[in-house]
Formats: sequence, structure tokens, C-alpha cells
Amino acid sequence: MNRDGRFRTLLSLTLASQMAVLGPLAGADPETTIQKIPNDDATAIHVLNRLTFGPGPKDLGRVKQMGVAAWIDAQLRPSTATDTALATRLAPLETLSMDTAELRAKYETPPDVRQQIQKARAEKDAAEGKTGTASAGQRSDEMDPKARREERAAMVKRFPQLATLQGTPRKVIAELQAGKVLRAAYAERQLDEVMADFWFNHFNVFARKGPVEFMIGDYERDIRERSFGKFEDLLGAVAQSPAMLFYLDNWQSVDPGFSPRDLYRQQGMGGRPRLNGNRPPGGGGATGAKQPPKRTFGINENYARELMELHTLGVDGGYTQKDVVEVAKAFTGWTILGEGPGGPRRNKESRFAFAEPAHMKGDKRVLGVTIKNGDEKEGLEILHLLATHPSTAKFISAKLVRRFVADIPPQALVDRAAATFTKTGGDIREVLRTLLTSEEFLGPAYRSAKVKTPFEFVVSSVRATGAEVKNPRPLTEKIGAMGMPLYLQQPPTGYKDTAEEWVSTTSLLERMNFALDLSAGRVRGVAFDPGSIDNQAATLDSVAAQILPSGLSPKSRETLEAEAKKDGNDRAKLVGLVLGSPEFQRK
Amino acid sequence: MTLNSSRRIFLKSSALAGIVFGAAPRSLMRAVYAQGSVSKRKTMVVIFQRGACDGLNTVIPYADSGYAKARPTIAIPAPGRGREGSALDLDGHFGLHPALQDLRPLYQEGHLGIVHAIGSPDLTRSHFDAQDFMESGTPGLKSTADGWMNRCSSTLGQTESRFRAVALTQTLPRMLRGSSPAVALARIDDFHVREDIEMSEGRGMMGDGRQRYGRGAQSNRSEGTATAQKADGGSSSAAFEKLYADAAHDMLGNAGRETFEAIEALKLADPAKYRPREGVSYPRGRLGDSMRQMAQLIKADLGVELAFVDIGGWDHHTAEGSSTGQLANLLRQLGGSMAAFHQDLGDRMNDVVVMTMTEFGRTVRENGNRGTDHGHGGVSFVMGGPVNGGRVHGRFPKLSEEHLFEGRDLPVTTDFRDLVGEVLVRHLGVSDLKRVFPNYEVKPSAFVGALRA
Repeated sequence: MNRDGRFRTLLSLTLASQMAVLGPLAGADPETTIQKIPNDDATAIHVLNRLTFGPGPKDLGRVKQMGVAAWIDAQLRPSTATDTALATRLAPLETLSMDTAELRAKYETPPDVRQQIQKARAEKDAAEGKTGTASAGQRSDEMDPKARREERAAMVKRFPQLATLQGTPRKVIAELQAGKVLRAAYAERQLDEVMADFWFNHFNVFARKGPVEFMIGDYERDIRERSFGKFEDLLGAVAQSPAMLFYLDNWQSVDPGFSPRDLYRQQGMGGRPRLNGNRPPGGGGATGAKQPPKRTFGINENYARELMELHTLGVDGGYTQKDVVEVAKAFTGWTILGEGPGGPRRNKESRFAFAEPAHMKGDKRVLGVTIKNGDEKEGLEILHLLATHPSTAKFISAKLVRRFVADIPPQALVDRAAATFTKTGGDIREVLRTLLTSEEFLGPAYRSAKVKTPFEFVVSSVRATGAEVKNPRPLTEKIGAMGMPLYLQQPPTGYKDTAEEWVSTTSLLERMNFALDLSAGRVRGVAFDPGSIDNQAATLDSVAAQILPSGLSPKSRETLEAEAKKDGNDRAKLVGLVLGSPEFQRK
Repeated sequence: MTLNSSRRIFLKSSALAGIVFGAAPRSLMRAVYAQGSVSKRKTMVVIFQRGACDGLNTVIPYADSGYAKARPTIAIPAPGRGREGSALDLDGHFGLHPALQDLRPLYQEGHLGIVHAIGSPDLTRSHFDAQDFMESGTPGLKSTADGWMNRCSSTLGQTESRFRAVALTQTLPRMLRGSSPAVALARIDDFHVREDIEMSEGRGMMGDGRQRYGRGAQSNRSEGTATAQKADGGSSSAAFEKLYADAAHDMLGNAGRETFEAIEALKLADPAKYRPREGVSYPRGRLGDSMRQMAQLIKADLGVELAFVDIGGWDHHTAEGSSTGQLANLLRQLGGSMAAFHQDLGDRMNDVVVMTMTEFGRTVRENGNRGTDHGHGGVSFVMGGPVNGGRVHGRFPKLSEEHLFEGRDLPVTTDFRDLVGEVLVRHLGVSDLKRVFPNYEVKPSAFVGALRA
């Protein structure tokens, strides 16, 4: 299947519509765009807080030297050259460079073995008088490493084919998480990481659903390549990604009249169809049941709904349940080669495929527009319709403003960003530029107005302290313990980006404890040297200047000065207290 | 660090403050704690099933021929002659999913009631919006900033308890967000600033192997003296407490202050020592853990009145399973956790009502992937001493197309606010429901009778 060809069609549609409607891009509005971005400390710190995962010891100097305006511009145009320092850190995580096919070949447990493992666990639980069945992933998390190793060894003995694998799916997810933390902590092109995170979260998939864990590497690469490009291109890549097709079930959404059995017979492939008999590996728990005798097939609304609610229009974007059904019909047959109808079976390449026999024929009517009967083109037309819809411009803009400016996005800025979105045919870089050069973003009104998510808090602590991460695992575990396990947000909404989601007694306590652990060198695999902090000024001043350049409140300073005095200027402890302070929770 | 700020909770009970300053035995402190009528209150526990549970395969209308017809591969077989995997008969019309076998005795003994075709009047089929509406308590109105459980908390009058409103979750659920204090905690036996552990290493070990108090506790650390552990003043915990005490009165500052008050209260009441009653086994998984800890908080007299736990994963668009499978696995956790909780609390269940909620039900017909799509009406369980159990409440329509919502979904015949309202009025004694559900009139005449009047 030639995906590029498809996108060329899509792209030309976009361009045509743009050229028809628009002249040259209008100039920036002088009322609301800062013409000359100030190059003072406060602005630079604010910009670092929002466009990076937190300032490190040398960042402020670098930004000021370059000039805030030039630095923002450089972040908006991440070069494609290799970030060699980062690449060196990522190199030991060998699964990160593998594509889906290679990962599945090397790490996917064969379905029959998986069933046996689950059965053995269930029997063990029953023997120990434990009830309840957690999903395979959860179940595996709950075991201590020794028990896990023992179980694995026993299984390898029983199933020699396991020995040919390079590891378990656990490793794949663990390395994804580790890679994400290392990138956020050490990447030069910070805004690139911020945007990759933003879009992954916008198009969230859950790593523990079936083989999705093996598809996320490719999925993120697809997203990353497009995160500053045209929204429609990004949307199209997601729509045809095996990760999303599997996660939101579209790979099995078919014409109710379609019979894969017939299809396989026609193709002379024999055997049982895999369409529904194919239990997704891993997540979700095994049914353990004999397959019911009668199979039914039909459309599945899951992707169609979330495409409009979460990916494009927003829940109030003006679509109805009828639209959901029509969109779902148009996307029937959008599936995964080797998973869905259209064979060949057991192809682990996991590429997008359009299965024409599974597609529902006929015109569809979506948002008042007739989508002519046209196989795969129907879906592409719908994606175009959605990507260029005014509701989408508003919805995406508001979400970006929420991420970069304030939990309650200032409406005037959302409107301007949406206007740029529409004007530029959904050019994400230009929408960001409107936002990042705005009075709202650069002015003092919203500084320190955002509360960091757990991921941001942990990574910004590492960056602020200049700690050396030898092993990211303890950090990813902490982030999980704070309620934000990476790649493991089950619902399609992704993680929320507002303070009330992350401010709670439990999460604050976790943060304070992490702060003390990190500064005292108690986080395994992460080395922090309190002696690395410049000590030209008084201890507290030096610590605060490096860890929290945006500053402590007078009262906090008073408290910490008293602490400093009492403990003979224990630098590590002061670092811990600053990291756990209310001020450091903000950005 | 002064004793004053760490003892804040008790100083509020000024009459006994003098005693608290000394090395008062714990039993006396408990009495102080209880003095604020902390332990005498009634409790409501909400279990939220996130993802939209399939109510029709949970409490099965097996006698309606439309049921099996709409679900050729996932229907639960009607009860009959001990056939394996068939529904557990309740009343000749409805049956429980076989994975809920732990709940059947509770139903038969009248401790468990069921409300079917319940939900929100809002028509959204978005998980996100539907959960939001069910938690804000204002379906259709997105601007509501706080949750109904938080507003309810503010109608309950004075309390000394920091645990009146508590969620056993990592983040505070929408239902509990708002101006009244509410505590979220993921694990009750690990709720303190860790430095205390570090400093106590080798010295501060409690008999049960948990390390709890700091270095300063050495001098008079005998059981029952919770006052001394911060006496040396070197603790980071105290510094953090001060940093958050001085912080602005915004979300972050308030949560910080509530954190330290909760730490203090937990140290005193020590819920972790209330192990599950002999023979009670909570199912593996997060819900079982949450319910076990909720029982501990209640048994420790921490003054829990409004409690929240949740369990996700109910969104079964594919391979939902029938008598066994994905839904069955989750239901087994749900039923097992509720039954264990009931048994664990014993007589205290007289003061407790547990109810389940989910954002909406699922389509009557199964979809093309042996799953179900987003629907409308769902099902709630109500369990506890005051419950009018052994019955399926509410009006349940026929499952033929003309009786279904939009021809496809179980309609909502009971507004969830009527059931919540009934529990609040009849169990917690809430009189001002208008404050809890501002744009809805809860009328006692609309109560389904889930609780004894």
C-alpha cells in the first residue's frame, strides 16, 4: 500500500482549497503581537518554563545570549540534524530504534503461550485463595521481580519458542517510558519534545491494548515528523496508523454484510478468518471462553466518535450521533494489514490497509455534506472536511493556548490562533507563532500560572538540579506513582493539562517526597551532586537562583532561611525543599 | 516548627488542648478526635465505574426475549438447571451476571438493592462529558466548577475531621473538587513525608515493621505519644508544612495545607492497624485495594462521610465476553470487592451505604465486534444497612425498538440525582439538596425507594 500517494491526494486537496480562499498571508496584527520581544531575565525564564521541560543551570544564559525572540524562532524550526548527546543516551534502549514488525518478531509472546501463562496464573491465584483477575499487564506489574523471573523461567522451559524472543513486552513499554523521560530531560530541541508530547496526548493511545505497545514507536515517529506541519497531514497519519486503528477498534469495523470467511475462500487462503477470532494479545484479559458459535460483524463507532470529539471538532463542535454513524460507515475497511480483513494473515508488519470488500458502499452524509460513494476516498474527504472545519480550528487552538498560556484560555488569543489556523490551512508552526509572540503569552499576566503535570515536575527537577540520569526507570515509576504513567492512559482523552487534575493531597506529598529523595541521592540511578551548585552567593541564594530562577515568595524565603541556618546550610536539603515548594510546582 | 501548627487539628478542640500538649495516651486523643462527633457520622461510598459499564450484561433482563435476540454472541444465558455460566436468578425476571456471585447472598438477605435504567438525562455519548456531568451533578451545564460531593460536604455542618470527604485515588476526582476540603490518597500506610523514615532508620521501627516516626520520637516514643516526633525541629516535613501554610489560598496552597492535616490525622488514628476481619479476602487489583483501605479509614473513626473510589476499563467495544471474558473479569472484581467490604465492616455497615455509578450504559444490540457501543441507561447497585434490598428498583422498559431510546439504547427512567438525593436525604440527613444539585429539584416522590424511609 502506498501511503505517500494517498497523502499527496490529500495534500493537493488542502492546497487547492487554500489557494481558492486565500491571498498571501496577512501580516501580524500590531495590537496583539509583540513586535520586539524583550530580552530580560523574567521573559526568558517564563519562555523557558513554558517551551521546555524546565530551565537547566545554563539555559537562562544561553537564551539571553541568543535573544529570546531568536531562541523562540529556533525552537519553532527544530533542525533535523542529530542531537548526538541525546542519541548517545538513547542508544542503550535498543527497542526504540525498531519498527513495529521487528518489535513483534522479537518481543511478542505467541498467543497460545500467552493463554497458557494466563491460565497458569489463574490457577496459582486460585490455589492461593486469591480472587479477581487483573489484566495481564496489571497482573504482571503486581508481581515482584523475582516472582516474575521465576514464572518466566518456568514458561521458557515449557515453551522453548519463548527462548527465541529477545524479551517481554514489558521491556518494550519500559524503554518507551525511559526514552520519553531522557528526551524530555536532555533534548536540545525542547519545544520539539513538548510538541511531540502534546500531540501524542492529543491523539492518545493506550500501550496495553493488544499489540499497541509494539506500534507506538512508529506512531510517535509519524507524529513527531508532523508536529509543526499541517494539522491535516498529522490527522491523516494518525488515522492510518496501526496504533490508532487498533486502539479505537476501527481495524475491525466492517460492513455488516461482509463475511471474511467468504473473502478468505475467494482468495483461496483457507483456514479460519482472524477478524474476530483474533484475540488481541496482552491487554484486556483473556476471555478464557470458547468462542461463541455465531460470529457477527459490523460497524464499530469508537474511532468515528473520538475522531470528531477528541481529535478535531471538540464535543461541542456541532456533530450528532447520526454523523458518528455515517463517519463510522465511511471508515469501514480502514484496517491493519495482517490483523483485519484482506489478509495475508499473521503478517506482523502492521501497516495500514484499505480492505475494499469490508467497506460499506453508498453515499454518506456528514455534517450536512454528502460524501460520494468512493471507497477509501470517503475517509480522506471526511478527514479533510474535519481538518478544515472552523470548530477544529477553535478546538485545537484552545488546547494549544491551554498548554502554553493558561488553564482557562484567554478567548481573544484563542480567536487569533484559530484565525491563523484557518488562514494558513492548519499550519501548526504558524499557530504556535501567533501564540508565542502574543501579549498574553509574553506579558506578565500568566507567568507561573500553570501547575506542572507530574511528568513535567519530575523532569524539570532533573533539569534544574543538573542531575545525571543513568537509569530512567525509577523516574518513570515515580511519574506513574503520581498518577501519570507514561503511555498508559487508558481513555482516549489523554491526560488533562489543567491544575485541578494534578493538585491533590496525594500528589503533592509524592512530589515533596520525590524532591527530598532526589536531592538526597535516594533516587536509584539518578546522581545529583549538591557541590555542583554555584556557591558564590549565600547558600540559599545560590540554590534558589539555580533551581527556581523565577523566584521564591518572601515568606518561603524566610522559612528556608531559617532552615538553612538550623542545618548549617545543608545544600542538598535546601535543594529538596525548593523542589518541593509551592513555587516549584508552577511554571 | 512549633507544636502549635502541627497540633492545629486538636487545638481547635480548645477545651482539651491542654491535654494534647502533654504526652497524652492515644486513647485519649482518639476521644478528642471523636469529640467533634467525628465517629458518629454516617458514610456514603461511591464506586465510579469509568468507561460506561454494560448494565444489561450486569443485571440481565433475561425474561425479556428482546435481550438474547439483540445479543447473539454476548448474551448471558437465562438461569436454568445449574447450567454453567448462566445468569443468577434474582426475581424471575432479572438475573445477576455469574461473575457477581459474591453479591447474590447480599441481595437475597436484603443488603443489596439494584436500580436499573438509571443515568443522566443529558444525551451525550461522550465518556468525558458524561462523567463530567455525573460528577459535577449538573448535566448539560459545563461551567459548574465544583463536584456534587464537594457541595454536599459543605452542607453537612461542622466537622473536625480532615477525612469527611476522601477519595482513594491518585488525583482528586471531579466529584470532590471544590471549596470544601477533600483528601485524595492512594495508599494510607505510606502517607507521610519520607524524610521521617530516613531519619528513623534502625531506630524508629514500629512493632509491625513499618517505620513511621522521626528521630525526635526517641525520648518519648511510646505508643500513644504522637506529639514528639517533630520535637527536634530538623525535619523537612515541618519546613514543607510551613511553606504550604504560608502559600496563597489557592488550589495549590489549600491542597498543601490539607495534606499536612491529613498526615497528622492519619498518624493519630493509624488506620493501617485495622486489618481485614478474619476470613475476609479482597480481590486482587486496584478496586479491592481501595475498598480494603476505605474499610480501614472507616474502622479507624476518621470521620469519613463522603467517600469515593473508582475502577476503569468498562469500555468494551470489542470482545466484551459473555459469562466469561473482559466484562466478567471486571465484574468479579467489583462484586468481590463490595462483598468483602460488606463482610469486613460487619455491623458498621448499618451506617454505610455504598452505591455504584457509571457514566452511561451501552447499546442494547451488540456491535460488529462482539462488543457494545455507547448507550444511555445503565445500572446502579446500592448496598448497606439502610438499603431496601432484594429488589430491582426503577422502571424497566421492554427491550423492543419502540421502547428504546433512539431505537437503540435503554432509556433513563431514573435520574441519577434522584438516587443520590435519596441516599443523601435518607442516609446522611442532608436537608438542602438544592445546594447539592442547584438546577434540579429532587423530590422525595421521585425516590425509587432504594433506602428504607
